[in-house]
Amino acid sequence: MKSEKWLFEITPKSGLLDLKLKEVWRYRDLLMLFVRRDVITLYKQTILGPLWYVIQPLFTSVIFTIIFNKIAGIETGGIPPFLFNLAGITIWNYFKECLTATSDTFKKNEAIFGKVYFPRIIIPLSLVISNLLKYAIQFGIFIAFYIYYVLKGAVIAPNSYLLLYPLLVICMGVLGLGLGMVISSMVTKYRDLTFLVSFGIQLLMYMSAVMYPIAIIKENISDYSWLVTYNPLAYLIESSRLLLLDFGEVNIEGLIYTGVVSISILFLGIVVFNRTEKTFIDTI
Amino acid sequence: MRDEVILKVDNVSKQYRLGLRGTGTLSHDINRWWASIRGKEDPYLKIGDQNARDTKGSSEYVWALKDVSFEVKRGEVLGIIGKNGAGKSTLLKILSQITSPSLGAIKSKGKIASLLEVGTGFHPEMTGRENIYLNGAILGMTKKEITSKLTEIISFSGCERYIDTPVKRYSSGMKVRLAFAVAAHLEPDILVVDEVLAVGDAEFQKKAIGKMKSISKGEGRTVLFVSHDMNAISTITEKVCILKDGMLQYYGETDLGIKTYLSDASNINDYEVEAHNIKPQIVGARVTTSLPNFIHEFGKTLEVSYDVNIPEEIENLAISFQILDEFLNPITHIWNFDSDTKAKRSAGVFTFNCIMDNPLLYMGNYSIRTYLSDSKSKERFDYIDTSCSFRVEMMKKARNDYQWSSGAAKYLEKYKWDINKSL
Repeated sequence: MKSEKWLFEITPKSGLLDLKLKEVWRYRDLLMLFVRRDVITLYKQTILGPLWYVIQPLFTSVIFTIIFNKIAGIETGGIPPFLFNLAGITIWNYFKECLTATSDTFKKNEAIFGKVYFPRIIIPLSLVISNLLKYAIQFGIFIAFYIYYVLKGAVIAPNSYLLLYPLLVICMGVLGLGLGMVISSMVTKYRDLTFLVSFGIQLLMYMSAVMYPIAIIKENISDYSWLVTYNPLAYLIESSRLLLLDFGEVNIEGLIYTGVVSISILFLGIVVFNRTEKTFIDTI
Repeated sequence: MRDEVILKVDNVSKQYRLGLRGTGTLSHDINRWWASIRGKEDPYLKIGDQNARDTKGSSEYVWALKDVSFEVKRGEVLGIIGKNGAGKSTLLKILSQITSPSLGAIKSKGKIASLLEVGTGFHPEMTGRENIYLNGAILGMTKKEITSKLTEIISFSGCERYIDTPVKRYSSGMKVRLAFAVAAHLEPDILVVDEVLAVGDAEFQKKAIGKMKSISKGEGRTVLFVSHDMNAISTITEKVCILKDGMLQYYGETDLGIKTYLSDASNINDYEVEAHNIKPQIVGARVTTSLPNFIHEFGKTLEVSYDVNIPEEIENLAISFQILDEFLNPITHIWNFDSDTKAKRSAGVFTFNCIMDNPLLYMGNYSIRTYLSDSKSKERFDYIDTSCSFRVEMMKKARNDYQWSSGAAKYLEKYKWDINKSL
């Protein structure tokens, strides 16, 4: 052999920390085209499709307001309870959509994955980006109600750190992506896991301070409050309310903790996902 | 440059687990994990059989590929042939990085793009143009590359008129054209093509083969081509590798390779199996030629016989066979339906003799493909891919002006000339 310089090698196993970021960058056009496809198919759907993204958060907020604020009597400190709930649900939904969409990656794209190679991570990445559109729709509704309540004379104002809000959304996406990738890899091996996911998301919502402020948990069930306070999602949702409605308590340690956990989960997700993409086609 | 090895397949093996997925997987996983923790070898990697479908293996792990090694040079077109289940698809999947090998490695000096069944990732709601972009990007092109070749791709596909129509309104042929057009304009160093030519009309197939030739000859790119079509293989490729039961049986010049493959595929002259007594079954098949050693003289009587085991009374039993040429293309089709002979309705072993008084097969090698089925329900009871191979020779029928040359025809028509002077 003259020169043993190879462009690449296909071998049974790759290094654990081989994140292949360079390759993902090379396929960035594909990423954007997948996002475009998702957006196009969203607006080409029947009217009920996009409408669902409007109806779902509104109805949920109404029900939460009746149950948690009117019946259970959770205090929202002068903020209209409906708006309080809507703020939580809007950002929670983004996480939920990212998680459910990405957790299906391998199963849903089996046909295409079985035929061509491209970095598989492109698919979950594109889902997280295209879900931003759905998020934007829901955030638009939130803004509309915000203005409505201001006009009605409610005393609400955003926090002075409002410009940091996009960071929270990104963090939410990172968490959804990371967890989704871990789950999608596990689903290829143990199919029954899919049923657990939707159930798990339900439970997680109640632990994530979507419809109550963290302070209430600390006051009432201090023994179990760690369930919520160690949950980065709860922190993100509380922070989002702080920025939008200036209501809630957030400390810097909590935010650092949230950031570290999110990035760790994302990292774990990528590692697990990359391992799965090499052989999943044999097992699914 | 041309002698440079661009792709090196080095002792590649791939193991698959048979049986139901899911049951026991968790326990196997734990076993594997436990073994690796103790620093022992993977307990499931040692056992395993050859990948032969007809002989039942004792282990639930099989080697779909076993120690396959070959090298491909830049600009070479390599054909990959083998029976169904010989490991062709597995090899392609490993080459195109869809799955990874269990052992061994593949080293490449160029980008590999695959064309495993075209139309991958087409979205029905999007227009042809949008799908060109999406499909091209899936195959590894950048947006810029696609834009620069867009007009070329569209005109190659022949879908100009419908390019802004959603793909869901396309006929399947149009989808294939569009998909192949995108793939043909990829610029990988190594292109992997799997049976795309089976679809599309004759004109398009010609175009596709021409394009593949120009990719390798004109642009110096390497093509790996998998097909059952020996005609296509022999026109496009210079070298072939034959896979048999997951192992490399032959690697070398195409002509010799095709001969090796075909002689191996049709070396069952007398077909004999044991009856399983569940369904009607062909238990024996023979061809009786006019001369010994399965040599048949043109113009003499040729006989094809079958022993068919019928376990219980049946209506609508149909037996039919095709005479195939050396490229496995059917030349003629002969059948026997229930309406022809009602005798075979009862249970028992029947012998079917088909007597062809004067078959007009031209000199060459032939084999026979047989079907046994229910003509009403269309259920196929039995199928023999190739058996009863024989050779037709022209023998004493010398022509004065020209010698017979092989490959000049498949069959000779009986004819009479009527020549009159008209002026």
